[in-house]
Amino acid sequence: MDWVNAVLQGVLLGGLYALFAAGLSLIFGVMRLVNIAHGDFIVLAAFLGLVVTTTLGMHPLAALAIVVPFMALLGYVLQRCILNQTLGNDILPPLLVTFGLSVIIQNGLLEIFTANPQKLSAGALETASIPLGGGLNAGVLPILTFAAAVAIIAFLQWIFYRTSLGRAFRAVSDNQDIAQLMGLNKSHIFGLAMALSMAVIAIAGIFLAVRTSFDPSVGPARLIFGFEAVIIGGLGNLWGTLIGGIILGVSQNIGAQINPGWQLLAGHIAFLIVLAVRPRGLFPRVDG
Amino acid sequence: MADPILKIQNLDAYYGDFQALFGVNCEVNKGEIIAIIGANGAGKTTLMRAITGLLKSDPDMVQWHGSPVGALRADQVARLGIAMVPEGRQLFPSLSVEENLKIGGQVGRSGAWSVETVFELFPILKERRNVPSTSLSGGQQQMVAIGRALMSNPDLLLFDEISLGLAPIIIKTIYDALPNIVGDGMTGIIVEQDIAKALSVSDRVYCLQEGRVSLEGSVKSISREDISHAYFGV
Repeated sequence: MDWVNAVLQGVLLGGLYALFAAGLSLIFGVMRLVNIAHGDFIVLAAFLGLVVTTTLGMHPLAALAIVVPFMALLGYVLQRCILNQTLGNDILPPLLVTFGLSVIIQNGLLEIFTANPQKLSAGALETASIPLGGGLNAGVLPILTFAAAVAIIAFLQWIFYRTSLGRAFRAVSDNQDIAQLMGLNKSHIFGLAMALSMAVIAIAGIFLAVRTSFDPSVGPARLIFGFEAVIIGGLGNLWGTLIGGIILGVSQNIGAQINPGWQLLAGHIAFLIVLAVRPRGLFPRVDG
Repeated sequence: MADPILKIQNLDAYYGDFQALFGVNCEVNKGEIIAIIGANGAGKTTLMRAITGLLKSDPDMVQWHGSPVGALRADQVARLGIAMVPEGRQLFPSLSVEENLKIGGQVGRSGAWSVETVFELFPILKERRNVPSTSLSGGQQQMVAIGRALMSNPDLLLFDEISLGLAPIIIKTIYDALPNIVGDGMTGIIVEQDIAKALSVSDRVYCLQEGRVSLEGSVKSISREDISHAYFGV
């Protein structure tokens, strides 16, 4: 039964990893931008959540109403003012600039909030669980996280394939010049994509902050989990990203079940196996 | 004579250090069809890129209804009412046929053209509206590319090498449809290597040779010899 439990908890943990990964997948899909600072933005959102909940005395989930729009706006401005300048035929400048942003965010947070671990308190929600019979229990918070991941990916999928904004995303991703001929300002479209990505980051950051303690240095590890989920699932496939997150979460929990020290190692090994066997991921987007 | 809707004035164009156009002058009047001919590398496509704003130039070098538009971005130029059917069709592979058309209409200019009227013009596209644009034949893809440009209800429509890589029978179908397309007060610029085809539908012709205009005039008044001289420079 311990093993069943490990898999179940792993699946739910995978929801959190999918949240880490969805924003990463989205902007890579639209503008081929790899955001090295992605994990640090997740931590930034967590600290924003901390500020909002402590100053306004709000529940962390209610704080989403403030943190999500704030991060989205930040994303749009960041894209228009800085990141658009780095995009071109060379893939290196955006990597360097987002790496620089990562350093700036980490040190900025360290300066303001110190290195002390922080945590968002969600009251009873943190310990509430639902008995599933046979001695199995699923925490309400992990279930909520997983549900949020599924809902967000469904929402992003809907935007991409059912709205004119999504059409614009796909067109700009396909061919930037021709998309401009259709009256689409790619700087603006890219700004909107980054805003959307940052909104997802905000949600991921709040769920992270309620689930575990965090400090300014934990961003890069979140980036790695997000990356691994994206690559396992296949670039540019959002549902694949969810599966990738689940595979990562399940492998980590099975590893931990064998030996508590193997948790992270098991996740990385699963990633390595997928990369070796299916270099383009399990569900790569099928097009040219 | 009315003022030209499009005026190209002393246009120089560069790709990095390489100069592709040298002081090109050209005027397009409302309702006429202009053919731009020339050999490979003469600068035809560069001229199209400069007009549509994909290639930036000095503001005064491209004038639209008398106002300078040479420095505008391509999306701003598109909103003014200039659309292009690009060389090689260049449909969006991630979009279905209908989505390719709809995105052309996203500029938000109203007029006669809509998804329905494009389907009337090219009925085959209606049957295949939901398939990915890449699964169409070359000729059908060209129909989508033309429809996509029409969807913005442009005042000026540029056709860049629309017969390239298509079977003669398909080319004929598309050229037969051209009068319907350009008929309603729309102005057109046709870029072609197939000179006879281009001249058969146009009022005036410009010939480019190594980045310069080597010949211009009404199609009726210029002879075959003039053209071959201007085309090959011999």
